[in-house]
Amino acid sequence: MGGVGEERRSLPPTSNDPVGLNAYLILAALVFSVGLAGVLTRRNAIGILLGIELMLNAVNINLAAFSRFGGDLTGVVFALFTIAITVAEMGVGLALVIAIFRARRTVEADRLDLLKG
Amino acid sequence: MTPIPAPPIAWNALLPILVLAGTAMLVLLADLLPPRESKQHLGALALAGIIAALVIALVRWGTDVCGFRDMVRLDGYALFFDIVIAYAAALVVLLSMDYLRRRGAESGEYYALVLFAACGMMLLASAGDLIIVFLGIELMSLSLYVLAGLFKSRRQSSEASMKYFLLGVFASAFLLYGIALLFGAAGSTNFERVAAAAARNPHDTLLLIGVALLLVGFGFKISSVPFHMWAPDVYEGAPTSVTALIATGSKAAAFAALIRFLTTALRPLQPDWTALLWILAALSMTVGNVVAIAQTNLKRMLAYSSIAHVGYMLVGLVAGGPQGTSAILFYLFAYVFTTAGTFGVLTLCERTGGTPEPDGDGAVDVREYAGLGRRSPALAFALTFFLLSLVGIPPLAGFFGKFYLFGAAVRAGYVWLAVIAVLNSAVAAYYYLRVVVYMYMREPEGAAATLAPSFAGGLALAIAFIGIVLLGVMPAPFVELAQVAVAPLLR
Amino acid sequence: MSFLFAGVVAAALLGIPHLLAPRRLTPVKMEPFECGKDPIEIAEGRFPMKFSTVGILFILFDIEMIFIWPWAVMYLQLGWFGFLEMLVFLAVLMLGFLYIVRKGGLEWE
Repeated sequence: MGGVGEERRSLPPTSNDPVGLNAYLILAALVFSVGLAGVLTRRNAIGILLGIELMLNAVNINLAAFSRFGGDLTGVVFALFTIAITVAEMGVGLALVIAIFRARRTVEADRLDLLKG
Repeated sequence: MTPIPAPPIAWNALLPILVLAGTAMLVLLADLLPPRESKQHLGALALAGIIAALVIALVRWGTDVCGFRDMVRLDGYALFFDIVIAYAAALVVLLSMDYLRRRGAESGEYYALVLFAACGMMLLASAGDLIIVFLGIELMSLSLYVLAGLFKSRRQSSEASMKYFLLGVFASAFLLYGIALLFGAAGSTNFERVAAAAARNPHDTLLLIGVALLLVGFGFKISSVPFHMWAPDVYEGAPTSVTALIATGSKAAAFAALIRFLTTALRPLQPDWTALLWILAALSMTVGNVVAIAQTNLKRMLAYSSIAHVGYMLVGLVAGGPQGTSAILFYLFAYVFTTAGTFGVLTLCERTGGTPEPDGDGAVDVREYAGLGRRSPALAFALTFFLLSLVGIPPLAGFFGKFYLFGAAVRAGYVWLAVIAVLNSAVAAYYYLRVVVYMYMREPEGAAATLAPSFAGGLALAIAFIGIVLLGVMPAPFVELAQVAVAPLLR
Repeated sequence: MSFLFAGVVAAALLGIPHLLAPRRLTPVKMEPFECGKDPIEIAEGRFPMKFSTVGILFILFDIEMIFIWPWAVMYLQLGWFGFLEMLVFLAVLMLGFLYIVRKGGLEWE
């Protein structure tokens, strides 16, 4: 992971993989869509957070798959960063939910209507 | 088991960011010491860090360092934005020192978060790799989400924070998905290699979908129509000093990354994204200005006007070339001073807000500015001055910013876009000048106290004032700086 | 060798409290999951907000594993440079921990 030479970054060939790259991409797209649907239909702030989490994790599938089939480790390293950042995001998100709950006694996104968007 | 050699670390390429991050941690540590009555010393410490970063950026002007496998690049372009961001952060810290104490929300985290946000912004300015773009955006946004919810007891503040967070993370997910697809198409996240892949196969489906998703993400971060829904609510609900940072620094940083990404990594696709940005620019200008007319809350009005300003800056990106791109940089420089100044006056006027209820925001309604010209002539004059610069009255900075942007568009053959932009500027004059009319020609309703800005607040306004005058009276050297800054991008 | 070492450490961690710590058994402590919550409860029951705060802090410190784990797999090859870098990382993390403790983030009452 800290290698400098290019040869260190490539993974072994993957010709014997039973499923191809497209299968992973389709899976990631499906997971992303499920998350998107969750974000758009859920009213509860926690539910929306769950949807967003699914969307972000779908990206990790993509990154890992491209990394595996493209033979470049960047994707895997990127996925590690993504996971860490996602968790930081969720930490902030849950903290905000708590702050709102303390002030308003609700986490329903529909009731957050003081600011008319 | 061969040992892995230690990779070279290009400290030089990260110097301003490291200084800011170090100061942020110092502020956090200093906050743990036995509490003092006031937290002004933390603000002063943060300010010292920002000034150090600014000095480093100024001293290093003219150098060009790459580091970390070309992921981070501190060239003239990044340095220019570092200077802009340092100015924005410094103005915000100065404005906050008094504002927070008045609102009873002084905290050490505030200054640390402003510094971390500035780190993220500078990282975006020097990003040469999509990983760094993502890290920078997240570092900046996460800090801003928390800052927006700083007034925990004020419901609007936590609500604004929640909305900003949900929409921001939603946008990040799109951005990230786009980056992943781009990585798949190009086999690398490095800008140069993406450019090579795009040149080989410019209409690869994976590449195009990736670019589209990335632009959606960026659209959210710069708040261009149709991805602007969050801006008015967040601008209104967030503490005014934080709104100033969101409106100036975060916008400048997102533009920095967007411009570098489009002009270096996606140069082979220039005709495609130019057509797309043409539409976004026209929409942002028109929607922003037209909706701003109907606003009576000043913070909301400025939110819509900032959307319009994003439209103007996109005009420069459409025009492209050294002239269009450097015009955006000049415009951003002027815009940071002007907007920080405007919000600065707002924070100072919130001291004696007419609304007594604890939830209230102080003076943000345009009616509460009636008679300000008599109550505190200095503040009224400053606000008038900043608003006139936003309108684009010569010889203020805003005028030259618009002049160079629209001139570049005309020269690049986008006459219609320039016409739309000029018409929009005329519309904008109406709602900016309405505030001026209120300040000088209307009587205040009820008794209102006179305002006297604190030293720090006054200093911030003076800096913004001098900046605008300087950029307006002699724009040529600054335009030259901007042109030097964009040169490495357009090689 | 390393297995033996790990075994000794684990045994010591389990054994030393038995020898040193005072044993005061209360009904709460005898429950299978000693986390202040009834083991059998309606799923929609309420629980104090404090749990969420601790939960959030837990996730933030838990995720540092994602950086430590790849390092731990390769740490012999990474040498002193990698070791120092991990120390810096942990120092920043501990700064956060210090901040939480001093700000009273872990106080229960």
